[in-house]
Amino acid sequence: MTNPEILKHTQQTGDFSRMLESIPYARFIGLECDRFGDDLIFRLPRKEQNLGNPILPAIHGGVIGGFMELSAVIYLMMAQETLRMPRIIDFSLDYLRAGLDRETFAECQLTRQGNRVANVMITAWQKSRSQPIATARAHFLLED
Amino acid sequence: MNDSLRMDRVRRFIGTLNQACELGLAVESAREGELVLRLPYSDQIVGNPDTGVIHGGAITTLMDTASGSVIMCALDDFELCPTLDLRVDYMRPAEPHRPVFARAETYKITRNIIFTRCEAFQDVGETIANCVGTFMRIGREATPKAYRDLITGGENDQS
Repeated sequence: MTNPEILKHTQQTGDFSRMLESIPYARFIGLECDRFGDDLIFRLPRKEQNLGNPILPAIHGGVIGGFMELSAVIYLMMAQETLRMPRIIDFSLDYLRAGLDRETFAECQLTRQGNRVANVMITAWQKSRSQPIATARAHFLLED
Repeated sequence: MNDSLRMDRVRRFIGTLNQACELGLAVESAREGELVLRLPYSDQIVGNPDTGVIHGGAITTLMDTASGSVIMCALDDFELCPTLDLRVDYMRPAEPHRPVFARAETYKITRNIIFTRCEAFQDVGETIANCVGTFMRIGREATPKAYRDLITGGENDQS
């Protein structure tokens, strides 16, 4: 992830494919990202291997968490133009609705950035943005 | 219910969760109100390719699964309890190329809510992460009987 060339390419072109290709966990769950102007929308396409509850069926809560957490990492890297991966300090996740077996989206918001710590809010939804399936709050350490 | 029945239930339950199978989650030990799961190291779940450290998301899934499954070690009847929330504190990155374990316990069970805590650790070094969770009890009947029977293996200890 410290490959400056890939980060630069992503920032200039808005094409996240090379960056996501370089993060194994992003490939593992199938995370994708699109840029619209300055906004980033993260996307988790439907994937059978991501399911937990087989009855509904529903996406595993941990995958929803991992998706939101990794979205926040990428969002912060893009927002700060940093070459280092921010390190997560804590993550607080509220599940609001079952994440059904369909495409899931996430967006992030930088609530507060200090010198060393950033606070990020993440919202995940499926069919309608006004009906989020989960919201989360995370703190990241921006330096050693 | 004895510990080997608890272990069997958790094994069968985890076997129905695609993502848990993808990650290779395995049961280490189970007793009343306590469960230990293992997440093997794999290149697929690395978050930072420069260091080989696995992504927090895989740890979150490990801890969510352990916290949700420990309920089976605390209740005699099988109830599927949806997660209300999880709070994870990451103390240090996991050492690459070693498994990560999660020890979960139920520390309070009420009529409606189950409170859990969970610690992620490795065979060396200090705690990787701590997690507290709350789960909602929606009742046994909310889960289809066929699935309940699959998990309990049709044991006759439903008393």
